[in-house]
Amino acid sequence: MERGIAWVTGKGVTVDSIIGGIVEGQLRRIYLDHAATTPTHPEVVKAMLPYFTDAFGNPSSIYSYGQEAKGAVEKARTRVAELIGARSEEIVFTSGGTEADNSALKGVAHANEHKGNHIITTSIEHHAVMEACKFLERRGFRITYLPVDKYGLVDPDDVKRVITDKTILISVMHASNEVGTIEALEGIGQIAREAGVYFHSDAVQAVGHIPVNVDKLKVDLLSISGHKFYGPKGVGALYTRKGTKLVSLMHGGEQEKRRRAGTENVPGIVGLGKAVELAGQEMGKEANRLADLRDRLIRGLMERIDHIRLNGHPEKRLPNNVNVSIDFVEGESMLLNLDLEGICGSTGSACSSASLEPSHVLLALGLSPEQAHGSLRFTLGRENTEADTERVLEVLPGIVAKLRAMSPLFKTRE
Amino acid sequence: MPDVWSQYSNKVMDHFKNPRNVGEIENPDGIGHVGNPVCGDIMELYIKVEDGIIVDAKFKTFGCGAAIATSSMVTEIVKGKSIEEALRISNKTVAEALDGLPALKMHCSVLAEDALKLAIEDYLGRQKPKK
Repeated sequence: MERGIAWVTGKGVTVDSIIGGIVEGQLRRIYLDHAATTPTHPEVVKAMLPYFTDAFGNPSSIYSYGQEAKGAVEKARTRVAELIGARSEEIVFTSGGTEADNSALKGVAHANEHKGNHIITTSIEHHAVMEACKFLERRGFRITYLPVDKYGLVDPDDVKRVITDKTILISVMHASNEVGTIEALEGIGQIAREAGVYFHSDAVQAVGHIPVNVDKLKVDLLSISGHKFYGPKGVGALYTRKGTKLVSLMHGGEQEKRRRAGTENVPGIVGLGKAVELAGQEMGKEANRLADLRDRLIRGLMERIDHIRLNGHPEKRLPNNVNVSIDFVEGESMLLNLDLEGICGSTGSACSSASLEPSHVLLALGLSPEQAHGSLRFTLGRENTEADTERVLEVLPGIVAKLRAMSPLFKTRE
Repeated sequence: MPDVWSQYSNKVMDHFKNPRNVGEIENPDGIGHVGNPVCGDIMELYIKVEDGIIVDAKFKTFGCGAAIATSSMVTEIVKGKSIEEALRISNKTVAEALDGLPALKMHCSVLAEDALKLAIEDYLGRQKPKK
């Protein structure tokens, strides 16, 4: 994003001042894309630093350097386990959410193919799940992609209906990265358990933001990503309920009790542990604060822009997610105009992707291609304040009016 | 997408921020309508022709930054050109006039060329009955 960066690459600009969103004498940048990634919390960075230098040991080594590192990894494991109500031996560290999803899907599929070849998932999953399913499909597995309602909710009865004696795995995301809808996992978990089918959830957008408990949700596998809640990139975890049969993606050394070979990303794991600790302390209060900001932003947009709709569920929704479709205008041109004002958001428009196809999630919700192209997503985070959402409300209506004035779709309706 | 934005030239950004010739022409001599909602780009080009010369051109576009910039640029290029000259304007002409487009956005220049061609065809079609 050269144009965004151009304002802040001037002399004397520090990472802190960028994270703070204010650069002296320059355009104030407002980051509203926390579902894409979050800035690493300064305390997380501080916790990680010693593990690059002084405590650099390999956890597999038996001398003190190794044991120091191993101790730190195990401490992080305990923290992750505690946050989601699991036992520490049920946590395997990965390189992130994508690896966790791939490990869950391919791992369960290949370990249980003697039992059956049927997997149930949804039509709104993240690409990490969707593409892993497509890969398995090409290898002879049968995948059912369940539809969702207009809010993005999966009907547990639909899950029940499509289970067969060949079903080995159900994978339903906890909360949508695009529209923020929180799925009714408990009911689906109950159905999976009664049918004796493993249940996985991609909880990358949920963990660290809303309470997640693996027993309450009745999940057998759950994916976590560090950088979605102020941890570092390149680290995540897969929760695997004791007794769940899956094969490893990685073969090599005996790390992670032979479930994931490869020298542990010790600084990353320590950072994930710290991010989990901070989330545990701040999550409840922060969720309330963000939900309030979110609702103000949604209300403000509805008041100031006509022909606009909220995408996703009005209540069962992540506290930080705002996703709207604005008729007659295209997402990328809105985003580019917002970027010129220093505001960073995202869109489900085709123009934002190489495929030239609009978001599969918005289409699954029943939006027309035009509505999907006209979508904007703002995802709030800990550094955002009301001044940021006010700024969006100040500039977006003007941008929409300008683009509508040149839109051939607008003319035909008005 | 951000890596696409960094490839937008200053000219693309200029035409995106201050698009030229936005709007419709009343009683145009030709209209070109291209694109579809599924791909996310819709372009409408209007031309006014006097004595075989395109004296005015305007556009309306639903689309990304590059789609708006190419629409704006093609209307600028075509003004004052004869029909024969205008028919020789290709998507490359438009892209080059904008100091290039990201590879992912070259289709936008194709859309601009197509819109112009259709507008001219529409104009030529309207001439026939008279002759």
